[in-house]
Amino acid sequence: MTFELFIFYLLAAIASISGVMMITIKDPVKAALWLVLAFIATAGVWITAQAEFLGLVLILVYVGAVMVLFLFVVMMLDINLAILKEGFTQYLPIGTMVVLAISAMMYLVLGPERFGLEATGAPVVHSADYSNTKAIGIQLYTFHVYAFILAAVLLLIGIVAAIALTLRRRPTTEVRYQNIDKQVKTQASERLKMIKMTPVIEEPIKPKEEEEK
Amino acid sequence: MNFVIPSFTPAVPEMVLLALISTILIADTFWAKRFQFATYYATQISLVVVGFLIISSFATVPVITFDGSFVRDSFGDVLKLFVLAVSFGVFFFGREYLVQHKFFSGEFFVLGLFSVLGMFVMISAHNMITMYLGLEIMSLAIYAMVAMRKESAGAVEAGLKYFVLGALATGMLLYGFSMIYGATGSITFPEIADIIASGKADTVVLSFGVVFVVIGLAFKLGAVPFHMWVPDVYHGSPTAVTLFLATAPKIAAFAMLYRLLAEAMPDLLKDWQSLIIMLSVLSLIVGAFVAIVQDNLKRMLAYSGIGHMGFLLLGVIAATPDGYASAMFYVVIYAITGVAGFGVIATLSRTGKEFDLISDFKGLNARNPWLALMILMIMFSMAGVPPFIGFWAKLLVVEEIIQAGFLWLAVLAVIAAVISAFYYLKVIKAMYFDTPEDASKLEPANSRLTIGVSSIAILLLVLGLLPGTMIDVFFNSLNVVS
Repeated sequence: MTFELFIFYLLAAIASISGVMMITIKDPVKAALWLVLAFIATAGVWITAQAEFLGLVLILVYVGAVMVLFLFVVMMLDINLAILKEGFTQYLPIGTMVVLAISAMMYLVLGPERFGLEATGAPVVHSADYSNTKAIGIQLYTFHVYAFILAAVLLLIGIVAAIALTLRRRPTTEVRYQNIDKQVKTQASERLKMIKMTPVIEEPIKPKEEEEK
Repeated sequence: MNFVIPSFTPAVPEMVLLALISTILIADTFWAKRFQFATYYATQISLVVVGFLIISSFATVPVITFDGSFVRDSFGDVLKLFVLAVSFGVFFFGREYLVQHKFFSGEFFVLGLFSVLGMFVMISAHNMITMYLGLEIMSLAIYAMVAMRKESAGAVEAGLKYFVLGALATGMLLYGFSMIYGATGSITFPEIADIIASGKADTVVLSFGVVFVVIGLAFKLGAVPFHMWVPDVYHGSPTAVTLFLATAPKIAAFAMLYRLLAEAMPDLLKDWQSLIIMLSVLSLIVGAFVAIVQDNLKRMLAYSGIGHMGFLLLGVIAATPDGYASAMFYVVIYAITGVAGFGVIATLSRTGKEFDLISDFKGLNARNPWLALMILMIMFSMAGVPPFIGFWAKLLVVEEIIQAGFLWLAVLAVIAAVISAFYYLKVIKAMYFDTPEDASKLEPANSRLTIGVSSIAILLLVLGLLPGTMIDVFFNSLNVVS
């Protein structure tokens, strides 16, 4: 066993174990942390396969941004675990059977017979100066530019949908809003109004001595 | 590296649509305060403009561009035109419903247009990546539309259900795609077809992938046993959104089915045909029986839609160009009738009253005889009673399935059609023979809506009397001489 192979098996084992842990553990915060570990191990596998750009992006985007945000949300929500787990055991027998059946069938199809090294051939090994990032960039901005733009549209919909679903305009009876149009259009004459008033003259305060008298 | 800048001309309708959507998205924030309906009119004008662009550059010969990721052919153009027409109807009925139920907002129309763009991408997809992206663009916009009515617990629940199950189905589809890519090493549809035909690909991996792809497709169509979301989502969503998600996406889902099964994997027929037969038979049975016990019209139409998907799949089972053309005709007729069927609910719905129970329709003939007559025509067309166009749609798929040698399926389909006629007649009975609880006159919120419902209902009748041209359009688009 070469050192590279050892690293691969190590990372693959970590990824599989943390994947299983993620779905079986009760606490959602811990589950999210296990998912982070699974991402990191997978990123490691990708880097050993010389897809260093994808591996780093996985860590930066998924671990660094998505999962951290997700953890914040999970920590802030008060999730009642008892309700979540209700009815879980009820479906356990049939669920286990389905999982076993599917896993068995998947093993028959995806086993080493069809996806082993003999069937697919050894992966291409690139020299040290080969840039994975450049190869992806060229593909993305030329041959797959249509898909690339569509992905941008998809992100735009994500923004629009998120705003449409969360923006709540409360009625003006509850909250006062700024009217920016009106604020910009104001003129000096509207800001300061001169009002003529009849002066009110206070009576001078009488000295103390007079009062006493 | 030799890269030639691809021709953009075939994709002009999509590009114009995207540009218009982006403009409306920004403009909506400015004009929404001053002109309440500006976004609505801009949306409808955009649909018309894009429709005009498609007609003026109608593709008679298939053109492939963007390095094999986009195809423009007459099949796609015909479906796109009907997607536009159906969406036009959806927004027409949707506007009044949104006003009546006090959640009119520009986002409804913007998200709807985005969804239309997603359908265009799906219809024109020529490789698996664009197909997937189109599907996501379409679905993501609809998920948000379903949940847009924040104060309604039912709508939020429906949105969540649709989102979670939809994400699961897309996951299945994507897994199937990865298997097919793994077996063939290609993502472009004709290349996949060539590699499969040459026999170089591993058949076990391929059929494994096909199973997942078919599951994903069945979910999007709402075919049994992947139909559990349909009644709940249709019922929970605001009627304006139900209108949309029950009609136009089905056309796009059919296009996806055609591109994936008929264009990319014609040689795997023996793998997917038996799966589709199962889906079709189950959908016909569930659609016929479960709809009978529903007392909510939206749920009833949801189950009837499941039954319709069973019919649509019959044409796909035949797997001949004629069969696909008949299925294509069926899905378009279903979408048009669906706009009318859910449009009726939107028409009669008022502030604080959904008007979606069958008991609400009791004695409608005494309250509004003209509208009752129109509903009668729509229900007859759905049930497949001649001379309405729904009859021709059913006739064509049944004819194709008999020619393909599945006589038992044809018999089953006809029996299912007869049983399902029962629940359509239940609505008609409620309208004509039951005494109304409230005998006051009933007028829709706006007379435009009566005109809308009437024009679709009369269209169903006129097309049914003169079906030749319409049927020819579909058969010609798949290069079949009928």
